[in-house]
Amino acid sequence: MLTFIVRRLLWTVLVMFVISAFVFVLFFKTPGIDPARAIAGRNPSPQILAEIRHQFGLDEPFPVQYALMMKDLFITRDLVSYSNQGVKVVPEIFAAAPATLSLVFGAAVIWVVMSMALGIAAALLRGTIVDPLLMILALIGISMPVFWVGEVANLITQSRFHDTFLFSWVPPLGYTSFTQSPVGWFKGLLIPWITLSILYIGLYARVLRANIIETEGEDYVRTARAKGLTERRVLLRHTLRGSMISYVSLFGLDFGALVAAGALLTEVVFAIHGVGFLFFQSLGNLDLPTIMAIVVYGAFFIVLANVIVDIAYAWLDPRVRLT
Amino acid sequence: MAAILEQAEAATELRPAIAGRNPWLLAGRRLWRNRIAMAALVLFLLIVVVSLLAPLYASHIAHTNPFVNNLNGTTVVHGKRVPLMQQGGGILKLGETPIGPTRDVHHYFLGADALGRDVAARLLYGGRTSLLIGIGSAVICSLFATVTALIAGFFGGVTDSLLSRLMDVIWAFPVLLFAISVGTELQTLPHGLSVGPVHIVASSLWLPTLIIAFIYVPYVYRPVRGQVLTVVHREYVEASISQGASNVRLLFSDILPNVITVVIVLLPLIIATTILTEAALSFLGVGVQPPNASWGTIISDGSSLLYTRPWVSIAPGIMIVLTVLALNVLGDGVRDALDPRAKLRVGG
Repeated sequence: MLTFIVRRLLWTVLVMFVISAFVFVLFFKTPGIDPARAIAGRNPSPQILAEIRHQFGLDEPFPVQYALMMKDLFITRDLVSYSNQGVKVVPEIFAAAPATLSLVFGAAVIWVVMSMALGIAAALLRGTIVDPLLMILALIGISMPVFWVGEVANLITQSRFHDTFLFSWVPPLGYTSFTQSPVGWFKGLLIPWITLSILYIGLYARVLRANIIETEGEDYVRTARAKGLTERRVLLRHTLRGSMISYVSLFGLDFGALVAAGALLTEVVFAIHGVGFLFFQSLGNLDLPTIMAIVVYGAFFIVLANVIVDIAYAWLDPRVRLT
Repeated sequence: MAAILEQAEAATELRPAIAGRNPWLLAGRRLWRNRIAMAALVLFLLIVVVSLLAPLYASHIAHTNPFVNNLNGTTVVHGKRVPLMQQGGGILKLGETPIGPTRDVHHYFLGADALGRDVAARLLYGGRTSLLIGIGSAVICSLFATVTALIAGFFGGVTDSLLSRLMDVIWAFPVLLFAISVGTELQTLPHGLSVGPVHIVASSLWLPTLIIAFIYVPYVYRPVRGQVLTVVHREYVEASISQGASNVRLLFSDILPNVITVVIVLLPLIIATTILTEAALSFLGVGVQPPNASWGTIISDGSSLLYTRPWVSIAPGIMIVLTVLALNVLGDGVRDALDPRAKLRVGG
């Protein structure tokens, strides 16, 4: 177990190094790109450019530049945004994180509850018309682009049906923090939650149904039936438990990817100022430090999710050993 | 004893000769009998054909050029000539709204976008681009991943470790963030990208195609490498080795045919994923660049008209849903027909 943790930590550091170095080369060393120009604004004089290069360390050798940026990002944590030099990048990301976490947590609750209900219902009602109907619905859910669903949701709730009793409660686009107003937080996020969760409801319902049907054929389920357990107990304590292993690992990976700014499209469509939205804004004005910091932040969460999934997998399935 | 033998002989004679059956033929027949999968295939091919006919529609039916601004243009509705950009409503009569759907295939069937261009014609051209990028990047991705997986699984040792670690690093990239970063970066280059003798202009369709192909390589690499590892020590491979077969022969005539089913099962699902990714990148403005249109860029064009002319955004979305749905259903059918128990995106 200890060797596993040490290996994984080293691996995490390596991955983050490779990714940050890659992004650094991409944004600072691609021929034709001059970060000093991005900072200086329109028509800078050569003196100003030289001054900026010196001030931001851009006249240093390449590895030193990289080291300087990593030092500012991880150790002193005072990396400054290029487009707005009064803004420090690390606190900016931390300020945006609650919106992203609120969006992803709420959507995760909805998609776990709904996908389990649909997956179990489809597996139990196999052979009836309900199963293929639910699976077609799940497939449609998987096939819809999330940003388009968001736009259609906006069209319905903000414009066409906003004046009816159905959607008159929907506030204008944007994010209200929980501490500001819990009710406003919930109202503002409900439609984005549903939008974001549709894809995962479809995906997970399909996975769960397939796993339940596969587990039904296992010997231990037959044994449980032979012992005379009730169907309900066989389902909950035996079949479902065996079916949840790959569900849990998928959930970990997807949740990690969403926290790592993967919910960017939903954030942009609903104007939720989370990490993904921040990333999108920084790209608009080529604010390299912010882009760099968010990509590294995202990679960290993805690697972390992978580690947690590996540990959870070994815990759920004792046949797996961590090395 | 003799009687039993005689009986057995008689039975053998009575049994009709068993024709050798090609497993591909069997899988093809199973797929052919799957009505839902065949319907999905027909729908997908129909969308492909209709999209390919885009230039014909634009020049012979709608008589428009969907790549040119047409703010002062007019069209015909119920026999009357009306301007494309209509003065805004309300008391102030401010702003202009493009004409909405006319339900007339010759005259702005789905209305005009904010620049007065025919949305229906753009939709077909957009389909051409989206399908080209989706299929192109899926094929490039699968080819690259298969070759790498074959090499990694076959040679093993250091080669395998290096390639697999590399794939793990790509896997750990936040997919969307990575694609958006590279997309933005390449589009800000003033003179396009030059790699040796190859020069790609910033508006080239190759950029989104290659970016999307790259990010999904590990998703194909992992299952294919797994399959190579299970096949590589089988008896028929050893038999080939004992007959002195070369590495190339082993790879391409012994191992490849036994792992290619994994790729074939994944391909429709990968195309579905790449089409969705292209739409997302283009929606954000970092995928397909003007003057080209894709379903994603049309949705993005329509988002400023969402509350007044919603069909500009709704129509391309419906096309994406139909295409991706058809591919997902087809993917299920192909998997059932070949059944190598492959699943897209199994974490490891």
